[in-house]
Amino acid sequence: MPQVTLTVNGKQHTVEVEGRTLLVELLREKLGLTGTHVGCDTSQCGACVVHVDGVSAKSCTMLAVQANGTSVTTIEGLAAADGTLHPMQEMFREHHALQCGFCTPGMVMSAIDLVNSNPAGLTEKEIREGLEGNLCRCTGYHNIVKAIAAAAPLMHAK
Amino acid sequence: MYDFTYQKPASLADAASILSGDADAKALAGGMTYIPVLKQRLAKPSAIVDLSGLGLSGITVAGGTVTIGAMTTHGTVANSAEVKAAIPALAALAGGIGDEAVRHRGTIGGSLANNDPAACYPSAVLALGATITTNKRAIAADDYFQGMFTTALEEGEIITSVSFPVPERAAYEKFRNPASRYAIVGVFVAKFATGARVAVTGASQSGVFRHAGMEAALSANFSPDATAGVTTEADNMNGDIHASAEYRAHLVGVVTKRAVAKA
Repeated sequence: MPQVTLTVNGKQHTVEVEGRTLLVELLREKLGLTGTHVGCDTSQCGACVVHVDGVSAKSCTMLAVQANGTSVTTIEGLAAADGTLHPMQEMFREHHALQCGFCTPGMVMSAIDLVNSNPAGLTEKEIREGLEGNLCRCTGYHNIVKAIAAAAPLMHAK
Repeated sequence: MYDFTYQKPASLADAASILSGDADAKALAGGMTYIPVLKQRLAKPSAIVDLSGLGLSGITVAGGTVTIGAMTTHGTVANSAEVKAAIPALAALAGGIGDEAVRHRGTIGGSLANNDPAACYPSAVLALGATITTNKRAIAADDYFQGMFTTALEEGEIITSVSFPVPERAAYEKFRNPASRYAIVGVFVAKFATGARVAVTGASQSGVFRHAGMEAALSANFSPDATAGVTTEADNMNGDIHASAEYRAHLVGVVTKRAVAKA
């Protein structure tokens, strides 16, 4: 069986997988990191978005073996060790940017990548376009957009 | 997904040798189409040959040609200052494929090897008269696309880069399926000193095609109004729950006009 060595949320793991094991299966089933969700399983909904070497990727459409040697960040890796939330998480809470919460991990991971890749700031339109790969079935987009707009200056101020 | 052996060769020669030695082995580029195919058990490869270790990414612009490595992602092309300066329509096309996370992994070589009839890149390659370079030869765009999901690639042949001549003006316009973001009709128009080239994706049962009527009209007069009298036959158009063949034929005219206005 292939072995995959990767860093997840700062900690290195070596895991035996099958060739066909998906990255999201490695995260959820082998490492017990169930914060990353599987929604549509067809790379449409974005509930499974994690960061691979710093950029967003849909972990349901990536083989675990493709992540060999990479550094992966999941929703569990955002808050500080003392529990202080990442500014994006804090703003999602502040602006009530979730209803059922199922899409939230993917939304937060995509949102952080979006803010990171736009250091000059984001318009509301750019935020909405940047979220085109993330679906919220509670239709909570308005507050998600508000939360991201509020988090962007906090992240860039850090 | 059926299981397979996974291989990540470090050289193009090794990758080609694995693929030509085993007819059931398949190359994997970004995987944005092929992994969903595997998940649906629509394919049962014996081995997956990951091309990401071959050093096939990168962009160079020189002598009026933009050359893009086969494993370069859509996101890299979309954000490349060099591509934006040389062929802005190509950067814009790449930036409209899928979504942000998909663009981080999907590659130009993967898209062209697959030749999905609704993919965006084939229209740019055909309209710009690009050259597809493989481990064996250089293939002109006009010879490369041979119908839906069919290309000139032989068994074990791997795309290494794509070279685009820089046009005077160009634009890509996509009437997209709001759910999948694939083109219901996508049109890439390019104006060269020698005339106009127009390639249509998403519309035809034969995959991407050059539109002779539009090319003649736009070579004479590269303006949106010049498209007015040009018709598109519905006979060979795709018809599905999203758009009938007649509607797609109509859209070809509308989308071409929009593309010319944008160029």
